[in-house]
Amino acid sequence: MKAAPFDYVRPPSVASAVHHLEEASGDGKIIAGGQSLAPVLAMRLARPQVLVDINRIPGLSTISRSDDVLRIGALVRHHDLLEQHHSPLLAEAARWIGHAAIRSRGTTGGSIAHADPSAELPVVAAALDATIHAVGPDGRRTIAAVDLFEGALETSLEESEMIVGVDMPIPTTWGFAELSRRHGDFGLVTVVVAEVEGSWRVCVGGLAAVPFRARESESILDGGSVADGRVREAAQAAAAAITTSSDLHASADYRRAMAEEFTRRAIEQATAPSRAGVH
Amino acid sequence: MQVKFSLNGRMESVDVEPRRTLADALREDLGYTGTHVGCEHGVCGACTIMVDGQPARACLMFAVQADGSSITTVEGLQNDDGKLHALQQSFCDRHGLQCGFCTPGMLMTAMDLLHRENEPSRERIREEMSGNICRCTGYMGIVDAVEEASRTQSG
Repeated sequence: MKAAPFDYVRPPSVASAVHHLEEASGDGKIIAGGQSLAPVLAMRLARPQVLVDINRIPGLSTISRSDDVLRIGALVRHHDLLEQHHSPLLAEAARWIGHAAIRSRGTTGGSIAHADPSAELPVVAAALDATIHAVGPDGRRTIAAVDLFEGALETSLEESEMIVGVDMPIPTTWGFAELSRRHGDFGLVTVVVAEVEGSWRVCVGGLAAVPFRARESESILDGGSVADGRVREAAQAAAAAITTSSDLHASADYRRAMAEEFTRRAIEQATAPSRAGVH
Repeated sequence: MQVKFSLNGRMESVDVEPRRTLADALREDLGYTGTHVGCEHGVCGACTIMVDGQPARACLMFAVQADGSSITTVEGLQNDDGKLHALQQSFCDRHGLQCGFCTPGMLMTAMDLLHRENEPSRERIREEMSGNICRCTGYMGIVDAVEEASRTQSG
Protein backbone atom coordinates (compact mmCIF):
# COMPACT_ATOMS: atom_id res chain seq x y z
CA MET A 1 0.00 0.00 0.00
CA LYS A 2 2.81 2.42 -0.80
CA ALA A 3 2.91 4.40 -4.03
CA ALA A 4 5.57 3.48 -6.58
CA PRO A 5 8.35 6.09 -6.88
CA PHE A 6 7.59 9.25 -8.84
CA ASP A 7 9.08 12.67 -9.45
CA TYR A 8 7.31 15.64 -7.98
CA VAL A 9 7.01 19.14 -9.40
CA ARG A 10 5.14 22.13 -8.07
CA PRO A 11 4.64 24.50 -11.00
CA PRO A 12 3.83 28.17 -10.30
CA SER A 13 1.43 28.60 -13.23
CA VAL A 14 -1.03 26.77 -15.47
CA ALA A 15 1.35 27.17 -18.44
CA SER A 16 4.15 25.59 -16.45
CA ALA A 17 1.90 22.72 -15.30
CA VAL A 18 0.86 22.02 -18.87
CA HIS A 19 4.52 22.12 -19.89
CA HIS A 20 5.38 19.49 -17.27
CA LEU A 21 2.51 17.29 -18.47
CA GLU A 22 3.70 17.64 -22.03
CA GLU A 23 7.26 16.74 -21.08
CA ALA A 24 6.03 13.62 -19.31
CA SER A 25 4.28 12.60 -22.56
CA GLY A 26 1.39 10.74 -21.01
CA ASP A 27 3.23 9.64 -17.89
CA GLY A 28 2.39 12.72 -15.86
CA LYS A 29 -0.53 13.10 -13.49
CA ILE A 30 -1.96 16.19 -11.88
CA ILE A 31 -2.45 16.11 -8.13
CA ALA A 32 -4.93 18.59 -6.69
CA GLY A 33 -6.72 17.46 -3.54
CA GLY A 34 -5.37 13.94 -3.98
CA GLN A 35 -8.40 12.38 -2.29
CA SER A 36 -8.97 9.98 -5.20
CA LEU A 37 -5.47 9.95 -6.66
CA ALA A 38 -3.59 9.08 -3.47
CA PRO A 39 -5.52 5.79 -2.99
CA VAL A 40 -5.06 4.97 -6.68
CA LEU A 41 -1.31 5.47 -6.27
CA ALA A 42 -1.19 3.59 -2.97
CA MET A 43 -2.87 0.60 -4.60
CA ARG A 44 -0.59 1.03 -7.60
CA LEU A 45 -3.51 1.17 -9.98
CA ALA A 46 -1.52 3.99 -11.56
CA ARG A 47 2.24 4.54 -11.63
CA PRO A 48 2.83 7.98 -13.11
CA GLN A 49 6.41 9.09 -13.62
CA VAL A 50 5.72 12.67 -12.58
CA LEU A 51 3.21 14.14 -10.18
CA VAL A 52 2.35 17.72 -11.08
CA ASP A 53 1.10 19.46 -7.94
CA ILE A 54 -1.17 22.34 -8.95
CA ASN A 55 -2.18 23.30 -5.41
CA ARG A 56 -0.09 26.46 -5.32
CA ILE A 57 -1.06 27.87 -8.71
CA PRO A 58 -2.73 31.22 -7.99
CA GLY A 59 -6.17 32.07 -9.35
CA LEU A 60 -7.69 28.59 -9.41
CA SER A 61 -9.41 28.72 -6.02
CA THR A 62 -12.11 31.30 -6.59
CA ILE A 63 -15.86 31.09 -7.06
CA SER A 64 -17.33 33.95 -9.06
CA ARG A 65 -20.84 34.59 -10.24
CA SER A 66 -22.03 36.23 -13.39
CA ASP A 67 -25.81 36.34 -13.62
CA ASP A 68 -27.00 32.79 -13.15
CA VAL A 69 -23.74 30.98 -13.76
CA LEU A 70 -21.11 30.15 -11.16
CA ARG A 71 -17.54 29.88 -12.35
CA ILE A 72 -15.77 27.49 -10.03
CA GLY A 73 -11.99 27.37 -10.07
CA ALA A 74 -10.42 23.93 -10.43
CA LEU A 75 -8.94 24.14 -6.92
CA VAL A 76 -12.16 25.11 -5.14
CA ARG A 77 -12.49 22.58 -2.31
CA HIS A 78 -15.69 20.67 -1.59
CA HIS A 79 -15.72 22.46 1.73
CA ASP A 80 -15.93 25.81 -0.10
CA LEU A 81 -18.80 24.58 -2.28
CA LEU A 82 -20.63 23.59 0.87
CA GLU A 83 -20.12 27.03 2.39
CA GLN A 84 -21.10 29.15 -0.64
CA HIS A 85 -24.66 30.50 -0.89
CA HIS A 86 -25.04 31.14 -4.62
CA SER A 87 -26.06 27.62 -5.54
CA PRO A 88 -27.83 25.63 -2.82
CA LEU A 89 -27.78 22.59 -5.13
CA LEU A 90 -23.98 22.61 -5.16
CA ALA A 91 -23.87 23.14 -1.41
CA GLU A 92 -26.19 20.17 -0.88
CA ALA A 93 -24.22 17.96 -3.29
CA ALA A 94 -20.96 18.90 -1.52
CA ARG A 95 -22.46 17.97 1.84
CA TRP A 96 -22.78 14.40 0.54
CA ILE A 97 -19.11 14.12 -0.45
CA GLY A 98 -17.11 12.06 2.01
CA HIS A 99 -16.33 13.63 5.36
CA ALA A 100 -14.92 16.93 6.64
CA ALA A 101 -11.33 15.68 6.28
CA ILE A 102 -12.02 14.75 2.64
CA ARG A 103 -13.99 17.91 1.79
CA SER A 104 -11.21 20.11 3.15
CA ARG A 105 -8.85 18.92 0.41
CA GLY A 106 -10.87 17.38 -2.45
CA THR A 107 -11.37 19.77 -5.37
CA THR A 108 -14.03 20.48 -7.97
CA GLY A 109 -11.62 20.12 -10.89
CA GLY A 110 -10.22 16.91 -9.44
CA SER A 111 -13.60 15.30 -8.94
CA ILE A 112 -14.70 16.19 -12.47
CA ALA A 113 -11.40 15.03 -14.02
CA HIS A 114 -11.44 11.78 -12.04
CA ALA A 115 -14.91 11.07 -13.49
CA ASP A 116 -15.95 8.50 -10.93
CA PRO A 117 -19.51 7.53 -11.97
CA SER A 118 -20.49 7.29 -8.30
CA ALA A 119 -19.16 10.71 -7.32
CA GLU A 120 -21.54 13.61 -6.73
CA LEU A 121 -20.03 16.48 -8.73
CA PRO A 122 -19.95 14.72 -12.14
CA VAL A 123 -23.70 14.07 -11.76
CA VAL A 124 -24.33 17.72 -10.92
CA ALA A 125 -22.13 18.88 -13.82
CA ALA A 126 -23.91 16.61 -16.30
CA ALA A 127 -27.34 17.63 -14.98
CA LEU A 128 -26.60 21.34 -15.32
CA ASP A 129 -24.87 21.03 -18.72
CA ALA A 130 -21.81 22.52 -17.08
CA THR A 131 -18.99 23.89 -19.21
CA ILE A 132 -15.50 22.70 -18.42
CA HIS A 133 -12.59 25.03 -19.12
CA ALA A 134 -9.36 23.22 -19.95
CA VAL A 135 -5.91 24.43 -20.90
CA GLY A 136 -3.49 22.40 -22.98
CA PRO A 137 -0.40 22.96 -25.12
CA ASP A 138 -2.60 24.42 -27.87
CA GLY A 139 -4.34 26.83 -25.57
CA ARG A 140 -7.68 27.01 -23.89
CA ARG A 141 -10.90 25.24 -24.87
CA THR A 142 -14.29 24.55 -23.40
CA ILE A 143 -15.89 21.13 -23.16
CA ALA A 144 -19.55 20.39 -22.44
CA ALA A 145 -19.95 18.08 -19.45
CA VAL A 146 -21.82 15.50 -21.52
CA ASP A 147 -18.85 15.37 -23.91
CA LEU A 148 -16.30 15.19 -21.12
CA PHE A 149 -17.43 11.97 -19.45
CA GLU A 150 -16.60 9.06 -21.74
CA GLY A 151 -16.56 6.14 -19.35
CA ALA A 152 -15.90 5.18 -15.75
CA LEU A 153 -12.80 7.23 -14.80
CA GLU A 154 -12.40 8.23 -18.45
CA THR A 155 -12.69 11.70 -19.91
CA SER A 156 -12.07 13.35 -23.25
CA LEU A 157 -9.26 15.47 -21.77
CA GLU A 158 -6.01 15.21 -23.69
CA GLU A 159 -3.05 13.82 -21.76
CA SER A 160 -1.40 17.25 -21.46
CA GLU A 161 -4.56 19.14 -20.70
CA MET A 162 -5.72 20.33 -17.32
CA ILE A 163 -9.07 21.59 -16.07
CA VAL A 164 -8.83 25.17 -14.82
CA GLY A 165 -12.47 25.79 -14.00
CA VAL A 166 -16.07 24.73 -14.38
CA ASP A 167 -19.10 26.90 -15.20
CA MET A 168 -22.17 25.65 -13.38
CA PRO A 169 -25.52 27.27 -14.15
CA ILE A 170 -27.58 28.06 -11.07
CA PRO A 171 -30.92 26.25 -11.39
CA THR A 172 -34.22 27.97 -10.61
CA THR A 173 -35.26 24.92 -8.63
CA TRP A 174 -33.62 21.61 -7.85
CA GLY A 175 -33.72 18.30 -6.03
CA PHE A 176 -30.89 16.07 -4.86
CA ALA A 177 -31.35 12.54 -3.57
CA GLU A 178 -28.68 9.97 -2.85
CA LEU A 179 -28.61 6.46 -1.48
CA SER A 180 -25.42 5.22 0.09
CA ARG A 181 -24.75 2.31 2.42
CA ARG A 182 -22.95 4.37 5.02
CA HIS A 183 -22.78 8.08 5.69
CA GLY A 184 -20.17 9.67 3.45
CA ASP A 185 -19.81 6.71 1.10
CA PHE A 186 -20.03 7.04 -2.64
CA GLY A 187 -23.63 6.85 -3.76
CA LEU A 188 -25.17 3.63 -5.03
CA VAL A 189 -27.64 5.96 -6.69
CA THR A 190 -27.35 9.75 -6.94
CA VAL A 191 -30.07 11.77 -8.61
CA VAL A 192 -30.01 15.45 -9.52
CA VAL A 193 -33.17 17.12 -10.82
CA ALA A 194 -32.93 20.75 -11.83
CA GLU A 195 -34.79 23.36 -13.80
CA VAL A 196 -32.45 25.57 -15.82
CA GLU A 197 -33.77 28.30 -18.11
CA GLY A 198 -37.21 26.78 -18.09
CA SER A 199 -36.24 23.23 -18.98
CA TRP A 200 -35.99 20.24 -16.72
CA ARG A 201 -32.89 18.12 -16.21
CA VAL A 202 -32.84 14.68 -14.69
CA CYS A 203 -29.47 13.02 -14.17
CA VAL A 204 -28.79 9.71 -12.47
CA GLY A 205 -25.33 8.71 -11.24
CA GLY A 206 -23.95 5.46 -9.88
CA LEU A 207 -25.68 3.08 -12.28
CA ALA A 208 -23.98 3.51 -15.62
CA ALA A 209 -20.33 4.26 -16.45
CA VAL A 210 -21.12 7.94 -16.87
CA PRO A 211 -23.80 10.19 -15.36
CA PHE A 212 -27.00 9.32 -17.19
CA ARG A 213 -29.23 12.11 -18.51
CA ALA A 214 -32.76 10.70 -18.46
CA ARG A 215 -34.05 12.58 -21.52
CA GLU A 216 -37.44 10.91 -21.53
CA SER A 217 -38.05 11.91 -17.92
CA GLU A 218 -37.01 15.43 -18.82
CA SER A 219 -39.56 15.54 -21.65
CA ILE A 220 -42.28 14.26 -19.33
CA LEU A 221 -41.51 17.02 -16.82
CA ASP A 222 -41.24 19.63 -19.56
CA GLY A 223 -44.61 18.48 -20.88
CA GLY A 224 -46.82 20.03 -18.23
CA SER A 225 -47.70 20.52 -14.62
CA VAL A 226 -46.27 18.06 -12.18
CA ALA A 227 -49.20 16.16 -10.80
CA ASP A 228 -48.40 13.02 -8.85
CA GLY A 229 -48.98 10.72 -11.80
CA ARG A 230 -46.47 12.63 -13.84
CA VAL A 231 -43.80 12.43 -11.13
CA ARG A 232 -44.14 8.67 -10.97
CA GLU A 233 -44.14 8.38 -14.72
CA ALA A 234 -40.97 10.49 -15.01
CA ALA A 235 -39.23 8.45 -12.30
CA GLN A 236 -40.18 5.19 -13.98
CA ALA A 237 -38.93 6.47 -17.32
CA ALA A 238 -35.54 7.30 -15.80
CA ALA A 239 -35.10 3.87 -14.24
CA ALA A 240 -36.32 2.02 -17.34
CA ALA A 241 -33.84 3.76 -19.63
CA ILE A 242 -30.69 2.91 -17.69
CA THR A 243 -28.55 -0.13 -18.38
CA THR A 244 -26.86 -1.25 -15.20
CA SER A 245 -25.29 -4.38 -13.77
CA SER A 246 -24.97 -6.24 -10.52
CA ASP A 247 -21.88 -6.14 -8.34
CA LEU A 248 -21.03 -6.86 -4.74
CA HIS A 249 -22.63 -3.61 -3.61
CA ALA A 250 -26.07 -4.13 -5.15
CA SER A 251 -27.97 -6.13 -7.75
CA ALA A 252 -29.04 -4.53 -11.00
CA ASP A 253 -32.71 -4.89 -10.02
CA TYR A 254 -32.14 -3.18 -6.69
CA ARG A 255 -30.21 -0.37 -8.35
CA ARG A 256 -32.99 0.17 -10.88
CA ALA A 257 -35.68 0.15 -8.19
CA MET A 258 -33.69 2.67 -6.18
CA ALA A 259 -33.05 4.82 -9.25
CA GLU A 260 -36.81 5.10 -9.67
CA GLU A 261 -37.45 5.85 -6.02
CA PHE A 262 -34.65 8.40 -5.66
CA THR A 263 -35.61 10.09 -8.93
CA ARG A 264 -39.13 10.39 -7.56
CA ARG A 265 -37.79 11.92 -4.35
CA ALA A 266 -35.57 14.38 -6.21
CA ILE A 267 -38.44 15.49 -8.46
CA GLU A 268 -40.70 15.92 -5.44
CA GLN A 269 -38.08 18.08 -3.74
CA ALA A 270 -37.66 20.16 -6.86
CA THR A 271 -41.37 20.67 -7.36
CA ALA A 272 -42.38 21.10 -3.73
CA PRO A 273 -44.29 24.36 -3.15
CA SER A 274 -41.73 25.28 -0.47
CA ARG A 275 -39.02 25.37 -3.13
CA ALA A 276 -40.82 27.96 -5.21
CA GLY A 277 -38.72 31.08 -5.51
CA VAL A 278 -35.83 29.50 -3.64
CA HIS A 279 -32.75 28.93 -5.75
CA MET B 1 13.33 16.49 -1.16
CA GLN B 2 13.78 18.71 1.84
CA VAL B 3 10.47 19.63 3.44
CA LYS B 4 9.85 22.08 6.28
CA PHE B 5 6.68 22.57 8.27
CA SER B 6 5.53 23.58 11.68
CA LEU B 7 4.53 20.56 13.73
CA ASN B 8 2.61 21.20 16.94
CA GLY B 9 4.20 24.65 17.04
CA ARG B 10 7.78 23.52 16.37
CA MET B 11 9.59 23.85 13.06
CA GLU B 12 10.60 20.47 11.68
CA SER B 13 12.64 19.66 8.61
CA VAL B 14 12.73 16.28 6.93
CA ASP B 15 14.26 14.82 3.79
CA VAL B 16 11.73 12.59 2.03
CA GLU B 17 11.13 10.77 -1.21
CA PRO B 18 8.17 12.38 -3.03
CA ARG B 19 6.14 9.20 -2.56
CA ARG B 20 6.43 9.33 1.23
CA THR B 21 2.97 9.97 2.67
CA LEU B 22 2.69 12.64 5.32
CA ALA B 23 1.52 9.96 7.75
CA ASP B 24 4.67 7.90 7.17
CA ALA B 25 6.93 10.95 7.36
CA LEU B 26 5.39 11.93 10.70
CA ARG B 27 5.70 8.42 12.10
CA GLU B 28 8.82 6.97 10.55
CA ASP B 29 11.01 10.00 9.87
CA LEU B 30 10.02 12.33 12.70
CA GLY B 31 9.00 9.79 15.34
CA TYR B 32 5.51 11.17 15.94
CA THR B 33 3.79 7.82 16.17
CA GLY B 34 0.58 9.24 17.64
CA THR B 35 -0.85 9.51 14.13
CA HIS B 36 -1.99 5.99 13.35
CA VAL B 37 -2.10 4.38 9.93
CA GLY B 38 -4.99 2.00 9.31
CA CYS B 39 -6.33 1.56 5.80
CA GLU B 40 -3.86 3.80 3.94
CA HIS B 41 -6.51 4.89 1.47
CA GLY B 42 -8.55 7.47 3.30
CA VAL B 43 -11.38 5.31 4.57
CA CYS B 44 -10.71 4.58 8.25
CA GLY B 45 -9.85 8.06 9.55
CA ALA B 46 -7.14 6.86 11.99
CA CYS B 47 -4.52 9.19 10.47
CA THR B 48 -6.63 12.36 10.65
CA ILE B 49 -4.54 15.42 11.52
CA MET B 50 -4.96 19.18 11.15
CA VAL B 51 -3.21 20.90 8.26
CA ASP B 52 -3.41 24.70 8.26
CA GLY B 53 -6.43 24.51 10.52
CA GLN B 54 -8.35 22.01 8.40
CA PRO B 55 -8.78 18.31 9.09
CA ALA B 56 -6.94 16.09 6.61
CA ARG B 57 -6.10 12.44 6.11
CA ALA B 58 -2.34 12.18 6.53
CA CYS B 59 -2.32 9.03 4.36
CA LEU B 60 -3.82 10.96 1.42
CA MET B 61 -1.16 13.66 1.43
CA PHE B 62 2.42 13.33 0.37
CA ALA B 63 4.86 14.89 2.81
CA VAL B 64 6.27 17.11 0.03
CA GLN B 65 2.84 18.73 -0.27
CA ALA B 66 2.98 19.84 3.36
CA ASP B 67 6.03 22.03 2.77
CA GLY B 68 5.47 25.35 4.54
CA SER B 69 2.26 24.31 6.26
CA SER B 70 1.27 24.20 9.89
CA ILE B 71 0.39 20.77 11.22
CA THR B 72 -1.21 19.63 14.45
CA THR B 73 -1.17 15.97 15.43
CA VAL B 74 -2.62 14.24 18.47
CA GLU B 75 0.67 14.93 20.28
CA GLY B 76 -0.20 18.61 20.08
CA LEU B 77 -3.43 18.26 22.07
CA GLN B 78 -1.97 17.85 25.54
CA ASN B 79 -1.13 21.02 27.48
CA ASP B 80 2.52 21.90 28.12
CA ASP B 81 2.03 21.07 31.79
CA GLY B 82 1.05 17.51 30.88
CA LYS B 83 -2.64 18.01 31.55
CA LEU B 84 -4.86 16.18 29.06
CA HIS B 85 -6.97 18.15 26.58
CA ALA B 86 -10.66 18.21 27.55
CA LEU B 87 -11.40 15.78 24.73
CA GLN B 88 -8.71 13.35 25.82
CA GLN B 89 -9.99 13.50 29.39
CA SER B 90 -13.58 12.87 28.33
CA PHE B 91 -12.52 9.93 26.13
CA CYS B 92 -10.92 8.43 29.28
CA ASP B 93 -13.89 9.23 31.51
CA ARG B 94 -16.55 8.05 29.08
CA HIS B 95 -14.85 4.89 27.82
CA GLY B 96 -14.38 6.45 24.39
CA LEU B 97 -11.67 3.93 23.60
CA GLN B 98 -10.77 0.32 24.08
CA CYS B 99 -7.75 -0.71 22.01
CA GLY B 100 -6.96 2.92 21.19
CA PHE B 101 -5.99 2.42 17.58
CA CYS B 102 -8.63 4.77 16.16
CA THR B 103 -8.39 7.25 19.03
CA PRO B 104 -5.89 9.77 17.59
CA GLY B 105 -8.06 10.20 14.49
CA MET B 106 -11.23 10.34 16.59
CA LEU B 107 -9.72 13.06 18.78
CA MET B 108 -8.58 15.18 15.83
CA THR B 109 -11.94 14.87 14.04
CA ALA B 110 -13.79 15.71 17.26
CA MET B 111 -11.50 18.67 17.86
CA ASP B 112 -12.31 20.02 14.41
CA LEU B 113 -16.03 19.57 15.06
CA LEU B 114 -15.84 21.38 18.40
CA HIS B 115 -13.90 24.22 16.78
CA ARG B 116 -16.73 24.68 14.32
CA GLU B 117 -19.78 23.98 16.47
CA ASN B 118 -20.76 24.65 20.06
CA GLU B 119 -22.59 21.80 21.73
CA PRO B 120 -23.45 19.75 18.63
CA SER B 121 -26.36 17.33 19.06
CA ARG B 122 -25.66 13.61 19.38
CA GLU B 123 -26.93 13.21 15.85
CA ARG B 124 -24.49 15.85 14.56
CA ILE B 125 -21.65 14.20 16.47
CA ARG B 126 -22.46 10.85 14.87
CA GLU B 127 -22.68 12.46 11.46
CA GLU B 128 -19.34 14.25 11.78
CA MET B 129 -17.54 11.29 13.35
CA SER B 130 -18.82 8.87 10.70
CA GLY B 131 -15.58 9.12 8.72
CA ASN B 132 -13.68 7.54 11.60
CA ILE B 133 -14.06 3.83 12.09
CA CYS B 134 -13.81 2.10 15.47
CA ARG B 135 -13.94 -1.67 15.73
CA CYS B 136 -14.17 -1.87 19.54
CA THR B 137 -16.46 0.57 21.25
CA GLY B 138 -19.70 0.44 19.29
CA TYR B 139 -19.36 4.25 19.24
CA MET B 140 -21.61 4.95 22.25
CA GLY B 141 -18.66 5.88 24.45
CA ILE B 142 -17.18 8.02 21.71
CA VAL B 143 -20.38 10.00 21.21
CA ASP B 144 -20.68 10.38 25.02
CA ALA B 145 -17.10 11.63 25.21
CA VAL B 146 -17.45 14.21 22.44
CA GLU B 147 -20.74 15.40 23.92
CA GLU B 148 -19.19 15.78 27.36
CA ALA B 149 -16.16 17.62 25.99
CA SER B 150 -18.40 20.03 24.10
CA ARG B 151 -20.18 20.89 27.34
CA THR B 152 -16.90 21.34 29.19
CA GLN B 153 -15.73 23.58 26.38
CA SER B 154 -18.74 25.86 26.38
CA GLY B 155 -19.11 25.69 30.18
